[in-house]
Parts: sequence; structure tokens; C-alpha cells
Amino acid sequence: MVFSIIDVAMIKAFFIALCLLIPTGAMSAETVQPTPNTVQQSHIRVLAASCAACHGTQGNSVGITPSLAGLDAGYFVAQMLAFKQGERSSTVMHHHAKGLNVDEINALATYFSEQKRHTSISPIPQQLKDTHGR
Amino acid sequence: MDDNSVENTTINRPRRRLIKAAAYTSALIVSNTSFARASKPPLGRVVIIGGGYAGTTAAKYIRMWSMGNIETVVIEQSSQFVSCPLSNLVLGGSKSIHDLTFGYDLVKKNHGIQWVNDTVTSIDADKKRVRMARGELSYDRLVIAPGVDVNYEKIPNLASAEAQALIPHAWKAGWQTVNLRAQLEAMPDGGVFVMTIPKAPYRCPPGPYERACQVASYFKAHKPKSKVIVLDANPEITSKKGLFNQAFTQTYAGIVDYRPNNDIVSVDVAHKTVTTEFEQVKADVLNVIPPQRAGKVAQSIGLNNVDQRWCEVDFLSYASTLHSDIHVIGDSVSAGLPKSAHMATSQARVCAAAVVALMSGDQPDPTPVFANTCYSFIDDRQAVHVAHVYRYDAAKKIMVPAEGGGVSTAPSDQEGQYAFAWANNIWSDVLT
Repeated sequence: MVFSIIDVAMIKAFFIALCLLIPTGAMSAETVQPTPNTVQQSHIRVLAASCAACHGTQGNSVGITPSLAGLDAGYFVAQMLAFKQGERSSTVMHHHAKGLNVDEINALATYFSEQKRHTSISPIPQQLKDTHGR
Repeated sequence: MDDNSVENTTINRPRRRLIKAAAYTSALIVSNTSFARASKPPLGRVVIIGGGYAGTTAAKYIRMWSMGNIETVVIEQSSQFVSCPLSNLVLGGSKSIHDLTFGYDLVKKNHGIQWVNDTVTSIDADKKRVRMARGELSYDRLVIAPGVDVNYEKIPNLASAEAQALIPHAWKAGWQTVNLRAQLEAMPDGGVFVMTIPKAPYRCPPGPYERACQVASYFKAHKPKSKVIVLDANPEITSKKGLFNQAFTQTYAGIVDYRPNNDIVSVDVAHKTVTTEFEQVKADVLNVIPPQRAGKVAQSIGLNNVDQRWCEVDFLSYASTLHSDIHVIGDSVSAGLPKSAHMATSQARVCAAAVVALMSGDQPDPTPVFANTCYSFIDDRQAVHVAHVYRYDAAKKIMVPAEGGGVSTAPSDQEGQYAFAWANNIWSDVLT
């Protein structure tokens, strides 16, 4: 059986994901029922939410920048590590990936993989009223 | 957007709250039975003063993360949200102020946020009450997000609306931005645009330099004999220094004249002439960006305890160091961090998470981490960025930049596209 380069990359990503997901297994639904305000959940939720300025609320981008919601965790980790190690070129993402530690990247991968993908809405621009700050 | 209904302002109605509490609870039981919290009544009321990037984000995320169990009321005096990010592009001519103006309808409706279109007149911190021009509200926790107050103490003859009609600051996006653009359009070719920059810290560190680039871009295309003189009170460019220096000396060589260490002393309003410590400069169009301090509401209860300008907070919850149940977020905070819109939203979310935790009887996250990306446009298409991850330093008790952050290598169209995507995504996040 012959694997294409993409197949190999996907298999690699899958195994990386498998290995990396084990330490964060405690957060998965099978082991512990998530409660809304555990410190760890709150911690990663706040960090993930700071990605929203470019990638949309809960990772659902309105366009140009990729959506992170529903991304395969292994793929997310592989890309972030590639940014971190300079193996994937970028304009901005290497600055963020280098600032995050591997635990944070793993937890973000799990968080975004669990978010439902949907179409984000944009607010509609409107005429500035005469009463605003005159 | 005229929703100043008495219904919103008069919330002292026990029966109304009871009905609402029952409605919240039953809705949550139906939607998610696995959360024990669903059977609990609402956790209390948070009042948020200010509906800018920080205040609106805090309101949305408190509602989301409390699963509707915290009643959230925003008090905002304007009926519209006007984005400061991208507003320099109005001066350059590639955007209209109407592209950057939005209503609050979607975020209110989608998250069940109560909204009061009113002006705060006083806060009684002991009784936990906020008085407004047309009503009064009690709170369990108060979040103050008033942005900056432009401070004309040093240049008092610029404090009036009449003076600012001639010499706008345009440092809060809105009609002053429109006014400044109109003055630039009316200026004949060969004219001089002069802008002054206050000593840091001020709102949006790279903003003044982006503004100089935008006006220069407009002049280069339409009024090539005109000049931009930048009088900077700071010893050097305060953000993205290399990139702006390159823009001033190469892209806009012969147009931008950057003069550091040049603090404004006085202004002759009628003659549009600035006197600094070193020189007098006459302008055809003059933009004085005055020094800034925490918004007036924060000053009114003395929360501006750092240099009498900015508010000291606990970075785990953004609670004021003076009042543990009053939180301050956004540009009013003394953070030693860039006063950017992205930073305001990140502070708002740390605050929101902490408020939900504290009102649920839990502790806030002891190690918050967040990211910040700030884009600036060099012309109408090309942008540059500065980006960092910030993490809490338990020893210093402040947020510090993590290793690995930095700036663009050069301006590019691609980063311009990302900058527009940033704006569209943050608007979607904050306003829907």
C-alpha cells in the first residue's frame, strides 16, 4: 500500500494528536463532566476567546482568517507547533505560537475541536447620527 | 435605537425579577440538564458603565459564561458604537465613518443584555447604586469601562466645543473624525497639517503614527505639495518604531516631518499655531491629541489612583484596588500595556470570567493568559502588526508579554487583508 505525502502527514498528525491529547484527557466528557466555572476551563476559555478578534467568537470567523471551530485537534496542534518552530511561515501566527506553551496549545486544540462550526454574523454598518458626540 | 424606556431603567421590581428568574431557570433546564447550576436562581445583577469595546464584550461574555444566570445591564450614553480602529482610514479617505458605525441591537437581543441609554451622574459605592439622569440602578458588582477622558488642563483654551470645532482631537471616533477629514479636503495643495502627540501612556500607542501615514497617503495622491508635521512629546516613536520610521523616511519622504521631544505648551486657536518647548509651528489644519486619563465616571469615585490618571486593578479580576466589587476594564486601567481595542476585549473577558466565578462562589483563574494583535495601516491597503501573548506574573502581580512576540517585517497587502479581517471579526465578536 502506497501512502501519498498528504496521507503520511495526516497519519502523523493523527498520532501526534493522539499522544498530545492524552495529558488533556481529564478535560474530556468521558472522564469528568464539565462544570461551567472550573478554573481550568475558565482559563482556557478566556485564552481561546482572545483569538476571537481575528478568528471569530468561539473560533467561527466571518471571513479571510480561518475558522478554528471544529478543527481536528491534531491538525491544530501540528500547525501551531509548526508556527512555533518556524516550520510554517506566517505574518502574525508565529508571534502567538511562540508565546504559548505546549500545554496551552493542546488545551486550545481540544477547546476549538469541541466548538460547533456555524456562520458568524456581522453587524450592519449604519449612518452616524447627528446626536453622536457632537 | 432610542430605547430609553422606563422599563429598562426602573428595575426595582421584585415581581419582575422573580418572573425573570423562573424563566431563566426553566430555559436552562430544558437546554442543558447536565449543569447543576441550571436549577439555581440568577446569581445577581452586574451593571456595566460604558458600551465600547471593553464594556460591551464584558456584558456579552458575562451573559454567555453565566449561562444567563447573571442579570447584566449596560449603561451607555450614545445610541451607536463607532469604532476607533480603522477611523484613521476616514482621514486617509478610504473609509467613511458610516462604515465604522453600528447599533447595539444584535448583541442586546442575542444575549439578553439589558440596555439603558442614559448618562451616569453619580455612583454610591457603599449602597451599590448608580444614579443616572433618568433613573437609578442597584448592583451586586459594577464594571466601569468609560474609555479615556481627554485632558485639556495644560491647554485650557482647547476645552470648548467651539475650539474643538476648529482644532479637533478626533481621538474618539465620530463627528470630530468627520470634521478633521473635511478640513483636510478643504485645505489647498501646499498646505501644512500639524499634529501633536501627548506623552505615553495614551489610547492606542501606534494610532498617531498611523494617522500621520494616512494623511500623508492622502496628500501623496491628491495634494503632493502638502506637508505633515508631527510634533511628538515622546523621545521617539512609541510603537512599531522601525516600521513607522521607514514609512516616514521612505514611503512619505518629503511629506512627513517627524519631530520628537517636542511637547506642546500652548495653542493659538484662531491662528492654528502651536507653541512647543522649542518652536512655534503654524498649521493650515491642526490636530491636537491631548493627554488622557481614565474616563470621568472612574474619576468621579476616585478610582484613578495612579498619577491621578489611571486606575489600579487586580489583574486576576480587574477589581479596583480601592473597591473590591467595582471592576475597571479597558483604556482607564493602569496596566503598562498598550491601550488597544483587542486588549480592552481581553481584559473584559478576564473580568467577565472572574465576575462569573466570584458570583458563583468560585475563585478567579490565578494565571490568566491572553493574546493581543494590533494592526496599523501605512496606506489604504498595506498594514503592519504588533502581536504578543501576555501572561500573569504572580510575583510582579501584572500581565507581562511572553517571549516570541514582535512586529511585521514590512508592510504588506496581505496584512492589510488580515487587518480588515481583524476588524470584521472583532466587530462580530463584540456586537453580535
